[in-house]
Amino acid sequence: MKILVCIKQVPDLESRFKPDAAGVWFSEADLAFRVNEYDEYAIEQAVKLKEQLGNEPEITVLSIGPDRVLEAIKKALAMGCDRAVHVQDSAAHLKDPWQIASIIATHAKDQAYDVIFTGMQSQDRGSAQVGVTVAEQLGYACATTLVGFAYEGGAITAKLELEGGIKGVAKLKTPALVTCQLGLNTPRYPTLPNIMKAKKKEIAGVPVADLLKEEALGKTVSFHPPAKKGSGLILEGDVSDLVEKVIGILKDKTAVLR
Amino acid sequence: MKTLLIGEYRQGKLLDTTYELFGFAGQLGAETALFLVGTDSQLPAYGGTLYLADVAVCGEYSPELHKQLVLEAIKKENPDQIVFLHSSYGWDLAPRVAASLKVAQVSEVVAIQEGGYEVGCCNAKMRRTLKPATAQSVITIQAGAFEGVQPGGAPQIVKLAPAGASNVEFLGYEPAEEKGVDLAKAEIIVSAGRGIGKKDNVGIIAALAKAFGGELGASRPVVDAEWVSHDHQVGTTGQTVSPKLYVACGISGAIQHLAGMKKSEFILAINKDKDAPIGEVADVLVVADLLQFVPALTARLSQ
Ligand SMILES: Cc1cc2nc3c(=O)[nH]c(=O)nc-3n(C[C@H](O)[C@H](O)[C@H](O)COP(=O)(O)OP(=O)(O)OC[C@H]3O[C@@H](n4cnc5c(N)ncnc54)[C@H](O)[C@@H]3O)c2cc1C
Ligand SMILES: Nc1ncnc2c1ncn2[C@@H]1O[C@H](COP(=O)(O)O)[C@@H](O)[C@H]1O
Repeated sequence: MKILVCIKQVPDLESRFKPDAAGVWFSEADLAFRVNEYDEYAIEQAVKLKEQLGNEPEITVLSIGPDRVLEAIKKALAMGCDRAVHVQDSAAHLKDPWQIASIIATHAKDQAYDVIFTGMQSQDRGSAQVGVTVAEQLGYACATTLVGFAYEGGAITAKLELEGGIKGVAKLKTPALVTCQLGLNTPRYPTLPNIMKAKKKEIAGVPVADLLKEEALGKTVSFHPPAKKGSGLILEGDVSDLVEKVIGILKDKTAVLR
Repeated sequence: MKTLLIGEYRQGKLLDTTYELFGFAGQLGAETALFLVGTDSQLPAYGGTLYLADVAVCGEYSPELHKQLVLEAIKKENPDQIVFLHSSYGWDLAPRVAASLKVAQVSEVVAIQEGGYEVGCCNAKMRRTLKPATAQSVITIQAGAFEGVQPGGAPQIVKLAPAGASNVEFLGYEPAEEKGVDLAKAEIIVSAGRGIGKKDNVGIIAALAKAFGGELGASRPVVDAEWVSHDHQVGTTGQTVSPKLYVACGISGAIQHLAGMKKSEFILAINKDKDAPIGEVADVLVVADLLQFVPALTARLSQ
């Protein structure tokens, strides 16, 4: 069996974001990057599937982006992926989801992957498109928002999260692509020996021009902060002053403190 | 301009959220037609064209089949925009339709702007304006971003028959977990977010809830990490609450969390990040380290 996991590196979301010079995405200055949270569940599910099948499957992890994404790739290798493809693209943030998907599909076309895992969405862009679009481009069966995954004899039983805590259960035959939701599993922390082992694993660098054949279908006009809807009060300062102020406001504005 | 709106039907019912699509089309100033895999015994209150496929034959979740049906309706209607809700049904189906047509998709639109559609990004902290470069486009709209509108009337039905087979077999639904705590009845809820840092700190938040005489709530990561059980989760996949006072401790304010609590009468947020999107709904945002502020507030309340 051959497995592919697609991961994106995203900025730490507790950062402050400022527009870049072109005004269409964030400036990377002062930002720290990490693996997209949803993709950590994708990596973990791939590794669990490999373990379930007696470590026979080979897991490839793929990420499109500038050289900093090598850090994300190394984490995936330390978590148990076997080899990596780094699609080198310093302008990945300017590609639309159709193009990102087409890069992945072009790579996957002659690899005959049985199962492809992606995140349900990326935390910075949040289009929730790339996974499903890859499946469409490859003609794979696809299910989204997985909170449960089981594999047996060439078929996946997927638990799909719906609104209000209800779940749907669906069965799909491989080759298939699934998109992973938060809470699907418990992503492991890479151990030191595994981090050392990962250093020996192959990372193939591929220039994006080798895989990208498609034009963008849409474009970003601007990147900006939300128009401030919040009419709320912002309180800063010394903790004991803050406590007194909050108590005062709650007594004034609510009926919960008598 | 012409839109094809993709309605939703689940567990034997037409979903009310379908009407939000009309709110969006109204703001766009576009003509409408509606697509639905449903039944003619439960028709939407809408006097326009309804492309209707029989759910008894097509199933409620059968993406490949539903995609073919939507494509057939598009062929007949030739709309400029095909509009879905950004819901589990919409984000699953929309990219399949967009890819088949090879047209742009804009996901989770929160507003219509001159020159494009506004969407959230960076965990709702920032916004982008996107513009399709293709003549036709697929749009998904954020739940709750556009007010529901019931156009009224009885539809003119165009029946669609399924063609082709599904490559996903739907086995059925699993009900939501039993609720141990009914947060909907609570007058005061104090919720823990990932900002509490570790399981040991749940106690700090629970102590504040107790001091207020309220219940403990939680955001999803806190539940996923098993620091708190699922019946405390607030949000689209947890409970929807509207207490007199909601206290959000270390919660950033993702849309899926806001959807569950923004109707609270008074919202107090404690966050060390002044820009956290929870500030958009909070009546008071205390910018502080919750590990210092929360115990201090608890101590003051317990005096
Ligand atoms: C389909 C779907 C359904 C979902 N359903 C739900 C749902 O029902 N409910 C839900 O909650 N989420 C849901 N989510 C997840 C949601 O998108 C967010 O990921 C989640 O709400 C984030 O939780 P959080 O705010 O606790 O964590 P984070 O976003 O990580 O925010 C943590 C916050 O804590 C602050 N902080 C950190 N340390 C401190 C400190 N010491 N003192 C003060 N503040 C601090 C940070 O500034 C940050 O703002 C869903 C997601 C999807 C895709
Ligand atoms: N640059 C990228 N490199 C590799 N995979 C990606 C990239 N961007 C998105 N993905 C995958 O597609 C999923 C959905 O992303 P999105 O459509 O941007 O919300 C992510 O969770 C990743 O699994």
